[in-house]
Amino acid sequence: MIGNWLDIGPVTQIEPGTARTLPVIGGPGAETREIAVFHTMRNEFFALLNRCPHKQGPLSQGIVHGDVVTCPLHNWNISLRSGKALGDDEGCVPTIPLKVDAGRIYLLRSAVIGEGAPAEAA
Amino acid sequence: MNAPMNFEKGTPAGQDRERLVVIGNGMAGCRAVEEILARDPERFAVTIFGAEPRVNYNRIMLSPVLAGEKTFEEIVINGQEWYDENGITLVSGDKVESIDREHKRVIAASGRVEPYDRLLIATGSDPFIIPVPGKDLGGVVTFRDLDDVDKMLEAAGKGGPNGEQGRAVVIGGGLLGLEAAHGLSLRGMKVTVIHLMPTLMERQLDEAAGWLLKTELERRGQTVLTGANTKEIVGRDGMVAGVRLEDGTELPADIVVMAVGIRPATVLAREAGVEVERGIMVDDHMVTSDPAILAVGECVQHRGMCYGLVAPLWDMCRALADFVTEAPSGYQGSVTSTKLKVSGIDVFSAGDFSGGEGCEDIVMRDASRGVYKRVIVKESKVIGAVLYGDTADGSWYFDLMKKGEDVSDIREALIFGQAFASGGALADPNAAVAALSDDAEICGCNGVSKATVVKTILAGACSLDAVRGSCKASASCGSCTGLVESLLAVTLGGDVQSGPRTMCKCTSFTHDDVRRLIVEKRLKVIPEVMQELHWTTPDGCASCRPALNYYLLCAWPGEYEDDQKSRFVNERMHANIQKDGTYSVVPRMWGGLTNPRELRAIADVVEKFNAPMVKVTGGQRLDIFGIKKEDLPAVWADLNAAGMVSGHAYGKSLRTVKTCVGSEWCRFGTQDSTGLGVKIERMTWGSWMPHKFKIAVSGCPRNCAEATIKDFGVVCVDSGYELHVGGNGGIKVRATDLLGKVATEEEALEVCAAFIQLYREEAHYLERTAPWIERVGLQYVKDRLAEEGAVQRYAARFRYSQQFMQDDPWARRAAGEHDKLHQHLAEFRPFPGSQMENA
Ligand code: SRM
Ligand SMILES: Cc1cc2nc3c(=O)[nH]c(=O)nc-3n(C[C@H](O)[C@H](O)[C@H](O)COP(=O)(O)OP(=O)(O)OC[C@H]3O[C@@H](n4cnc5c(N)ncnc54)[C@H](O)[C@@H]3O)c2cc1C
Ligand code: SF4
Ligand code: FES
Repeated sequence: MIGNWLDIGPVTQIEPGTARTLPVIGGPGAETREIAVFHTMRNEFFALLNRCPHKQGPLSQGIVHGDVVTCPLHNWNISLRSGKALGDDEGCVPTIPLKVDAGRIYLLRSAVIGEGAPAEAA
Repeated sequence: MNAPMNFEKGTPAGQDRERLVVIGNGMAGCRAVEEILARDPERFAVTIFGAEPRVNYNRIMLSPVLAGEKTFEEIVINGQEWYDENGITLVSGDKVESIDREHKRVIAASGRVEPYDRLLIATGSDPFIIPVPGKDLGGVVTFRDLDDVDKMLEAAGKGGPNGEQGRAVVIGGGLLGLEAAHGLSLRGMKVTVIHLMPTLMERQLDEAAGWLLKTELERRGQTVLTGANTKEIVGRDGMVAGVRLEDGTELPADIVVMAVGIRPATVLAREAGVEVERGIMVDDHMVTSDPAILAVGECVQHRGMCYGLVAPLWDMCRALADFVTEAPSGYQGSVTSTKLKVSGIDVFSAGDFSGGEGCEDIVMRDASRGVYKRVIVKESKVIGAVLYGDTADGSWYFDLMKKGEDVSDIREALIFGQAFASGGALADPNAAVAALSDDAEICGCNGVSKATVVKTILAGACSLDAVRGSCKASASCGSCTGLVESLLAVTLGGDVQSGPRTMCKCTSFTHDDVRRLIVEKRLKVIPEVMQELHWTTPDGCASCRPALNYYLLCAWPGEYEDDQKSRFVNERMHANIQKDGTYSVVPRMWGGLTNPRELRAIADVVEKFNAPMVKVTGGQRLDIFGIKKEDLPAVWADLNAAGMVSGHAYGKSLRTVKTCVGSEWCRFGTQDSTGLGVKIERMTWGSWMPHKFKIAVSGCPRNCAEATIKDFGVVCVDSGYELHVGGNGGIKVRATDLLGKVATEEEALEVCAAFIQLYREEAHYLERTAPWIERVGLQYVKDRLAEEGAVQRYAARFRYSQQFMQDDPWARRAAGEHDKLHQHLAEFRPFPGSQMENA
């Protein structure tokens, strides 16, 4: 497993209740993808593509409450846990497996690169 | 101390017995031996190696030993006689250094070689040391064994270098850190706790409980710094002298306790080639990858889990003993609960409290008793609980959780605890309230009995608000709101009238109540409002957080620290988000005036940052579009350099002051409307409001600045200035009402300031002046401002608050404040020739 996880730095670099972004430059089709890494007020961490399933709003800029982010463009609520739109809205944004160890954040490398997230990271 | 060849001690280890060697004379190792002896005392010849030079003791009681509440003798679990009576060879103070699996023997530091048939590894954990400079200085200690406690006691006894109170810095605000801090402070040290995360004990507590805990520790004289990162431990002559934080703060210290976490002690196993991940891998019978080697305690990893509490170890030890005495039962993993051992502070937590989809939070707060309880229910089962202040029901919730019991029948009464919820018919809170005696006190704050409340209801008070108004029950702290609502339901059946709309689903209070109570009870931070006003959610929602942030900012200008995470994106980023995720930037142009320097700076910014569009807005200024969030601070720095500040085009705040050319140029102008507009904008910019606020000044009744659809509009006439309020363009157009007329610019400015302050202090969050005036009536506004000296008082309060608000947020950002909001975490180039770059 070690080596599959990408160390993206200490947990302190993301204020609770906010998100920060990680552009992945190049990649399949050579387009740049942006990953949003969230730190909730309940001290959980999540990573998703920074792209609202509605009209590509930058989820990283939304208000975070519980494990939900409200998209800054048209207020869809997106579950940080599953990437699914909540309520009556339908859509889903890919999530990236993340783990925190000894105060540092790790993302699953293959999912970051966009090889498609594996079913479930242990 | 070493006990080399004392084989002859104890009962002769019969040749027929298998030799069991235990590495680790701690809680799990000895318990495992106890469990085995209880099942089959004849089975093994046991040898226990312990690195610590002492018998087996209760490690968790080191906290009371440090605090002076217990002595070491009182926490010994098994004294030397236990080893003797059971024929166990204790080799204490001798660390096992390697395991020779091929020859089935262990080799200790003393050189002692001990053969085994079965080996049990129970090495526990090692405290995690954060790799900062100075970590090896004298006086930097961990909190794991009795030697650590002795070092702390020695430091506490010494005091400071000049005979003053000694200073301790504890790094880590988890269970261990807080227990160390408590002990040291009882031993007379001045203690500072540094915690990386924003909430103390964040793995066990939510924000609300963490805040209560922090407040209580501070009340007891400890300093608690959350969100603080240790950069370096500073030394003098090889001894610790202080701790430097990342933000530059330096804390003097005579001792530093590192309590940031533990790591399973796996080195021995790893070096011997036993399979290890985070901990030593074991199956359900605590057998490692080598069938002759067992492992138990904090050093193991079972089904992906490593544990740091004793309860799971007891379960493991039972399974292990069952297995080696040949009645295998299998360990299934454990659910854990935590209690903090700090006298006088009751904290309990268990299970999963992160909440989220499909989970229901039941929250009860009792501010007068300092109680916060939260139970998390999912699919009719309790999955977690966080209790602060009253933990009596902790074990009950824990039990419901472990058994996975269906709680739908007691759902309503669950949060009131076992006594209440299991009372059969009383499980219905209405029935429970009905059963109360007439003189039972309902409202503690105002001393109102049940009989009085019922009488009030029967006399016609059919809503919560009416009851609050007539007999004051539930009008103060609100903790009895639920009881009053039940009494309404019981007394009136279906005739209860719903009161005015509450602020949001998190509270039973209205906006007005909340605003009033913030001032009356002098509440100064969001978690405090939520606790004192009995919020029913742990941390509010996207609707009440921004409102509370504004109410606190308005009530305590200069004192309140703005809460960035409670702001909508535009206010957090000080720019307007666009459909493609970029931002637009609108610098202030006072009264719609500009000059070559400003225009040049804007032109330069547009070129330098490749802005795809510049546009003249409907608010008489220029809007630069398409700026990336990373570039915002640099754009602002350039605009600042030309003297421009934020235009707050994004805020619930003063937006623009539109003007017309006025008497200086216009052939109809009666007064200097442009000049007055600039003065008004200089006075009002930067102020946060319940909603956006627009102003205009027209030089004559032709009204070219459209002053009569603004929140505050001035129409100049020959004899002075007509002041208009409550106008609105936008979705529902409303023309202004005339507030009055004044003769001089000074008076116009004074009334403008006063009106704004009245609106700021009384309107509900997200209520513009137009709907506010429709709600309270123009006459009300006039009356308030007509009171003796009122205009001056309101205006003075506005000007006081402006001292703190007129601080350009762009300049602060350009100087680096909140830079994390703008920068990427890092850039990742995963493909050939690329690498990770940390920002
Ligand atoms: C830029 C601008 C349009 C323009 O290009 O001229 C504009 C742009 C937006 N307006 Fe406006 N309004 C602009 C002048 C106006 C005016 C005219 C005025 O102020 O004289 C009005 C009608 C007057 C009024 O407010 O009473 C106006 C009434 C609204 C409303 C409706 C408000 C209402 O109470 O009904 C909204 C929606 C809202 O605030 O909820 C709105 C919301 C918006 C938002 C913030 C929409 C949004 O949420 O993203 C637009 C932001 C675009 C951006 O990124 O800059 N805008 N908007 C004008 C900026 C003025 C400035 O310099 O600050
Ligand atoms: C101050 C404090 C307070 C705590 N409070 C609580 C609490 O309130 N509730 C709770 O559930 N838990 C609490 N804990 C945690 C609890 O003490 C541990 O979970 C428990 O002690 C773990 O047992 P163990 O046998 O795995 O490890 P330990 O008890 O640490 O035993 C391991 C032993 O092995 C020895 N050892 C290690 N390597 C070798 C070697 N190579 N050769 C020989 N010997 C070796 C060590 O010296 C140690 O004595 C607390 C811990 C501390 C330090
Ligand atoms: S009128 Fe509508 S589209 Fe135009 S700027 Fe205002 S909100 Fe946007
Ligand atoms: S793009 Fe996110 S809600 Fe529309």
